[in-house]
Amino acid sequence: MRLRVDPINCHAHGLCAELLPELITLDEWGYPIIEDDQLPPELAKEARTAVQSCPALALSLKRD
Amino acid sequence: MTALDDAIATAVFQPSFPGFDAMIDTGPIPIVSPTAVESQRLFAAAPQEWVTADLDAHLRRFGPLPLADYPSGAGKRLLVEKVARAGLRGRGGAGYPMSEKMALAYEHRKHAVVLANGCEGDPSSAKDRALLRRAPHLVLDGIALAAHAIGAREAVLALHTGSPLTAVLANALAERVGDPVEVELAEMPAGFVASESTALVNTLNTGDPRPTGVRTSTKGVRGRPTLVSNVETLAHLALIARFGDDWYRAAGTPDSPGTTLVTVSGAVNRPGVHEVELGLPISDVLELAGGETEPLRAVLIGGLGGSWLPIADAVELPLAHETCADVGIELGVAALVALPARACGIAETAAVLRYLADAGAGQCGPCLFGLPAITADFDALAMGAADRDLLPRLQRRLGVIPGRGACSHPDGAVRLAASALHTFADDVAAHRAGRPCPATVLGPWTPLEHRP
Repeated sequence: MRLRVDPINCHAHGLCAELLPELITLDEWGYPIIEDDQLPPELAKEARTAVQSCPALALSLKRD
Repeated sequence: MTALDDAIATAVFQPSFPGFDAMIDTGPIPIVSPTAVESQRLFAAAPQEWVTADLDAHLRRFGPLPLADYPSGAGKRLLVEKVARAGLRGRGGAGYPMSEKMALAYEHRKHAVVLANGCEGDPSSAKDRALLRRAPHLVLDGIALAAHAIGAREAVLALHTGSPLTAVLANALAERVGDPVEVELAEMPAGFVASESTALVNTLNTGDPRPTGVRTSTKGVRGRPTLVSNVETLAHLALIARFGDDWYRAAGTPDSPGTTLVTVSGAVNRPGVHEVELGLPISDVLELAGGETEPLRAVLIGGLGGSWLPIADAVELPLAHETCADVGIELGVAALVALPARACGIAETAAVLRYLADAGAGQCGPCLFGLPAITADFDALAMGAADRDLLPRLQRRLGVIPGRGACSHPDGAVRLAASALHTFADDVAAHRAGRPCPATVLGPWTPLEHRP
């Protein structure tokens, strides 16, 4: 699975970086940076929580 | 056909000439070249700059639209294969292979749409307008052939709202009979980002001129698979369908076949649009624009979202995708801006960055906040007001912005900024030492206003 941010809908709430700091950091304006979009299986649960928590529905998981 | 061949024969690509090396090794660089030759393909029926080739002139020069040469399914595939062998690459900036775009739209087998992009949003480029004004029928031929090849039932030609070209194209359409699809002329809001392909589709579908990032080849105009193509690319398609891929490849380079329209501006005697063989050295392109008005320092290659190259590297560089890639830049849209030696590259870049920051759609955070931030860094640098952290901060910003927008607008601005830091390293060092820039009041040389 791959982690994807919809850049148009993202409004820098920043929850994703709090819930999934292993994969997501924030830039100086609060927008997520995903260095490696490949989701390791051990983080699948946390990633799903982050996706479900995004207030803008801008974070998603895509099959490879 | 014979006269066209003659034109090709006289336009043989010569990478160098006696004395060329000596010229570029010695101080101020005079751009004088006996090899500078304008090509005559796209403008073959419209040799005069302000005269539109009507249907008679067009047919006299190029012959009829060869739809009958490509009948039924096999014929359509033959046309796409011919375009593949010709190696036609998109002329809107990305240089994507046209045959692959056509095959993609054809694969979906849901009646596709051809969207011809005549909305030239980059103020440093004027070539699409020149082409539409001088050779509207070549563009309309290309639309007809593309629609035929991919089985499209609809075609849209996008122009700017209020453009005088709408009347030119309406007149041209009224002259034509027997086209496979009706061509709708659609007027779009002018703007740098509004001309991007997904923004054009969004405008047609919803009236919102902002990019969506949705793949147009699967979900374009009215949800249909859409072949979005620059008008110049379509005009080349019309030539390939008539004269074949071998003829097409007689001009240009192996990876950048054919001719291209190039817009030259900045410190040259005759700014304007020229048709040149891909692979022509930039010195020759500048010569076609009347040569430099004063000693030059750098050339901006690829439009506003392109790259600065020092003049010594630029003069001998052949204008082609592969040769640009070799020096780490992209050809982009074929536009050159000649920057004089007395200009400050940082101040000039700051002005262009401000334009690009203001031109954004304001949708994606990294672009909305990132472009004004790097513009402010360049402004501070040019004013001699850089704090100690400015350069590392700017480098960090340039590292995180690209690839994070819905379209490539922020990537282009970052490319421009990064190339400026590299090409104008002397200016950076001087400004960092606190020297404000007397040249800030001189520019900009880069065209930053859209002209209809």
